[in-house]
Amino acid sequence: MKKASWKTKKTIGIFVCILLLVIAFIVGLMIGSYSMTPLEVIETLFGNGNKMQNFTIFQIRLPRICLAIIVASGLGVSGGILQGITRNPLAEPGMIGINAGSALAVVLFISAKTTEYYSAISTSTAVIMPIIAMIGAMLSVALIYLFAYKKGVTPVRFILTGVGINAGITAIISFYQLNMSKGDYNQVLTWTNGSLWGSNWTYIAVTAPLIFLLILVVLFKSRTLDVMGLGDELATGLGVSVQKEMIVFLALSAILAGLATSVAGNIAFLGLLGPQIAKKIFGSNHRIMLLMSACISGIILIFADTVARNLFSPLEIPVGIVVSILGVPYFIYLMIKDKA
Amino acid sequence: MNKRVVILTIVGLLGLIIAVLASLSIGAKDISIEEIYNAIFHYDGGMNQQLIREVRAPRMLSALLVGGMLALTGAMMQGVMRNPVSEPSIMGITQGATLAVAISSISPVIGGIYGNFFMGLFGALISGGLILLFSMKSDSNQSISRILLAGTALSTFFLSLASVIALLGNRSQELAFWIAGGFRQANWLQVGFLAIVGGIFTILSLCMSGKINLVNLGDEVAIGLGVSPEKIKFYTILFLIPICGLCVSVAGNIGFVGLFIPHIIRKIIGNDYRKLMPLSFLWGSVILVVADILARTLIAPYELPVGLFTACIGVPVFLLLVRKENR
Repeated sequence: MKKASWKTKKTIGIFVCILLLVIAFIVGLMIGSYSMTPLEVIETLFGNGNKMQNFTIFQIRLPRICLAIIVASGLGVSGGILQGITRNPLAEPGMIGINAGSALAVVLFISAKTTEYYSAISTSTAVIMPIIAMIGAMLSVALIYLFAYKKGVTPVRFILTGVGINAGITAIISFYQLNMSKGDYNQVLTWTNGSLWGSNWTYIAVTAPLIFLLILVVLFKSRTLDVMGLGDELATGLGVSVQKEMIVFLALSAILAGLATSVAGNIAFLGLLGPQIAKKIFGSNHRIMLLMSACISGIILIFADTVARNLFSPLEIPVGIVVSILGVPYFIYLMIKDKA
Repeated sequence: MNKRVVILTIVGLLGLIIAVLASLSIGAKDISIEEIYNAIFHYDGGMNQQLIREVRAPRMLSALLVGGMLALTGAMMQGVMRNPVSEPSIMGITQGATLAVAISSISPVIGGIYGNFFMGLFGALISGGLILLFSMKSDSNQSISRILLAGTALSTFFLSLASVIALLGNRSQELAFWIAGGFRQANWLQVGFLAIVGGIFTILSLCMSGKINLVNLGDEVAIGLGVSPEKIKFYTILFLIPICGLCVSVAGNIGFVGLFIPHIIRKIIGNDYRKLMPLSFLWGSVILVVADILARTLIAPYELPVGLFTACIGVPVFLLLVRKENR
């Protein structure tokens, strides 16, 4: 009896989340310096818009929102994995240096070729940036792993080392930024704080398949993640090679976060909020939890991006800040409330 | 053990004197020791003497005071939190002050040095209050990883908010330089503030050192000896908030000083906070005066942020400490 009601609750939850995502999607397409009614948006999506509407939707807002969903899925799943393997509800790719690693790689890359900001982003850049960011994220995870390794890696030591590495990399980034010209600096600053500005279909074509492929891999392995949540001893007893699986999941989490960072910059707190809320509603079965975490993160990011675009219009603030402003109160609540 | 304390004190004092003299004499224009003596005792208004009195002396003194105070606050915090890696810049307290000062520096209403002082205090109060709330609310929040993640989360948030405010005010790069920490704008007014207000709270904190010793032994022991650990923790953090706010409003966000200095000294003399805290102050002063000399001479005529040097030492020490934590 109890099980049945639990299942209904879950189904309703999934339904509500998807509905919210659709609403966020349409609202995000509606609002902007050229506003449209919901009906116009839907008509345009089905190919019946005028030239102005077509341009606004297909060239500007739709790529941006699609990118938001992709980025949010990457970060949401990445955070969910980290929280799972470290058994720490506060772990998040942005706080243990993964995002910072890929941000540093991209900052180095941008500052190496300073002339291309204001022109259109070339196809080669769109392909190279995600790869560079991924390498940066992997390197920083490798670094954290290396420093935390002492006859194996414990979750707590991994997180603490990550915090230290994060501080170090942030210091290097800020040192680098000081040597830049003012225009370059503002650009990099916007980027390191997370922004979906300049989204285009090329980015989506490069990152979307990779991110969705990786998420599939993670979902396929989600049973292992469930078992690892039980504790190292129990997991070993159930036949999971904890140290080996940890490396695999860390790598997956790092690549996901790195890919997301490569297109949207350093969006903090999203990897914390999404999985947290998903876990509250859907329990700790990782297959559903991770999937819904991606969905919830998507809702949050689309909403935050819509705010970021329109609040100080025509000025745009980095979306990462909006996410932080939403996330920090929740985070504080979590710290004060949680007894675990 | 006592011998080590004496040696550490003497070496520290000698180091401080050398660093102070070096800081006054080295720079864009090298000034002889004799001239420094004259500038202090026989002031005649010459170019070099003005340089010393109006530029280098306040700068050196503020580096000295800020370094000492930051190291002291680190030692205090580690004592009451019983946690080797807690420190105001890691827990987000200095970043809170940074955000507040960023707001005051672009707003036309509350700007100026007094505005910065006030806002620095205010920001430190909010972030320090939050950390205090976390650590007192439940026992599980005292675990190192939770409190560290909380601190990192808060500091990320405050700093990114500060940079966006600067971005909107089109002052972002100046602010970034300021956040990275430095003593470029030091003047006598700030030195006075640091010495008087900071001095009062420093002395109050030093008076607490015996009690911090007891709290550091564990809540049960402290209660058994008739000291309320909650109360001591509360007062300690209450005292370190104004110190942090002042330091940030003068020198920006210089991190890690409170981490590695108390740690190294603790390695040498052990865990007695009555000796650890004053020695941390002394060595913090030495390190920051030296770091400031390096910051202005290494790539002269440009200046490096002081925070860069402290991070260079601080991050490795942090990683080492975390490795040693047996958990």
